[in-house]
Amino acid sequence: MTNRAGFVRETFTALRKDSLGMTGLVIVVTILLLTLFASILSPYDPLEVDVYNRLVGPSWQHWLGTDQLGRDVLSRVLYGGRVALKVSLVAISVSMAAGLLLGMMAGFGPKWLDRVLVICFDTLRSFPTIMFALSIVALTGPSLNTVIGIIIITSIPVYGRIVRTQTQAMRDNDFILAERAMGASTAHILRHHVLPNIAAPLLILASMDVPAVVGMEAGLSFLGLGVSAPTPSWGSILNDGYSYLRNSPWPIIAGGIPLILVTLGFTFFGESLRDILDPKLRGKGGKF
Amino acid sequence: MDKPVLDIRDLSVSFLTERGLLRALRNVNIPIDPGRIVGIVGESGCGKSTLISAIIRLLAPNAQIDSGSILWRGDDLLDLEPDAIRALRGDEISMVFQDPMTSLNPVLTIGRQMTDVQHRDNRSKAEKRARATRMLERVGIPDPVEQLDRYPHHLSGGMRQRVAIAMALMTEPGLLIADEPTTALDATLEVQIIHRLQQLQRDFGCAILFISHHLGVIAELCDEVVVMYAGEVVESGSTRDVFLNPRHPYTQKLLDCDPARIKKATRNLPVIGGSLPDLVELPDGCVFRPRCDISIDRCRSERPGLEGSNHCIACHLARQ
Repeated sequence: MTNRAGFVRETFTALRKDSLGMTGLVIVVTILLLTLFASILSPYDPLEVDVYNRLVGPSWQHWLGTDQLGRDVLSRVLYGGRVALKVSLVAISVSMAAGLLLGMMAGFGPKWLDRVLVICFDTLRSFPTIMFALSIVALTGPSLNTVIGIIIITSIPVYGRIVRTQTQAMRDNDFILAERAMGASTAHILRHHVLPNIAAPLLILASMDVPAVVGMEAGLSFLGLGVSAPTPSWGSILNDGYSYLRNSPWPIIAGGIPLILVTLGFTFFGESLRDILDPKLRGKGGKF
Repeated sequence: MDKPVLDIRDLSVSFLTERGLLRALRNVNIPIDPGRIVGIVGESGCGKSTLISAIIRLLAPNAQIDSGSILWRGDDLLDLEPDAIRALRGDEISMVFQDPMTSLNPVLTIGRQMTDVQHRDNRSKAEKRARATRMLERVGIPDPVEQLDRYPHHLSGGMRQRVAIAMALMTEPGLLIADEPTTALDATLEVQIIHRLQQLQRDFGCAILFISHHLGVIAELCDEVVVMYAGEVVESGSTRDVFLNPRHPYTQKLLDCDPARIKKATRNLPVIGGSLPDLVELPDGCVFRPRCDISIDRCRSERPGLEGSNHCIACHLARQ
């Protein structure tokens, strides 16, 4: 375990020297903390309607103003982050795990299995995501779980393909042959030799994928295909504010800024991880 | 004399290719006695790698074994179940590869890889690490404890090859297969590694099957030599016999081409004229005949068998 702790420490030290990556990390951590402690930090109940104070601008009572039903926009943004977080966490971990498994099977297994899986990946990817989402929602009705399901189904091929390519590149390496010659089983080779080699690109991909998933959830919720009415989500905040944009732009701005920040934060972080996790640059001075 | 640890008998391997059956190995006989170092020489494409793959049963999927047996302490490796052969690999039969730059996993530390090889032992992590340290020390790596936490790219080629040798000897195998382990290293390192291998062989008492096309290395290291040409054994015997008294025309020419043996300054290094025969459409008779200067009519029609008791030669003319 000392090894792993050393690895994390080394990564973090390298990250601290990279200002862009550090900015990304700070943004990411701030957003995580704000959404995790939304219940403590929110000044109001995000669902509480106050029709006497609808569409007021920012004030000391309502930092980000109120929406068309007089609900506090700041509270709604904080709680909306929870939806975004939940969707990205569940969707990305499930699709990454499934993609990892299928991708390794395709990359390391027999040729016919590879062909079958690649055809499946390509078929799934050939649907335009929004059309796919619209048709699924039309069948099942809008709900957050449907959104998560749609994101998982459309993301598995992305992860699967990356893992497959990486595994194939690993497969013919001498050290894999050496492991075989030393009597290692296929499962052992995959877990102890292939996985550590492909973990870095996978983590980077996942980090870069967060904004895409958050954006997709917001997009579907904006179209009314995601969360149902009173639940706050960044997308539904945008949708609520959209009709009142001319007179009261506050909800739109407040709903949009976290989306931008999430995108920037995770992208910076992912970019920086990509440089750091390259084992060939590691500990050699290299970029840092 | 003891029974051989590994006895390759009449082994023929061929590959199914689009052009037809490529006969990579034909009736190969190589006995390896316990504790002996046997060298295999031959140019590229003579079947050295196929032979190794056949021994550890990692042949390509399109390969088929046409005849023969590979006896490991009396059991035929070719009959073993996949699980049984896997249990032998890395335990009884170990391997060192040609290129130390690619034979270690780049993202795992040396220590992690060296404890990983001991996956069959039920020891604590600390014990495995201690063993790894001792092993690194024995192959001549300075500050072994420190090296355990480093990654392969921190080490030079020679160091990595030592690590690879240490890993292969970790389980104290009965046979170490070394596939051109010094080809990727420079000359000084080559000598060091060779001497280290000799030393380790004496300490561990394992047999070594040493593949190389460097004649000097073979002469320095090996007890016995097997000369292969186009998938056949053309000459085999003790290193002394084969090097001092080569009797197969191919061996003679091969030795003539060794730059270390050329005394006079020359612009053109000697070569063996012609090229390897097509292994899909083999010529009748002796496989070396198209490149041989002294062939007779009989060489065209009849394939010479490997004959002799200690010093064996596959040539019609060598018998006189």
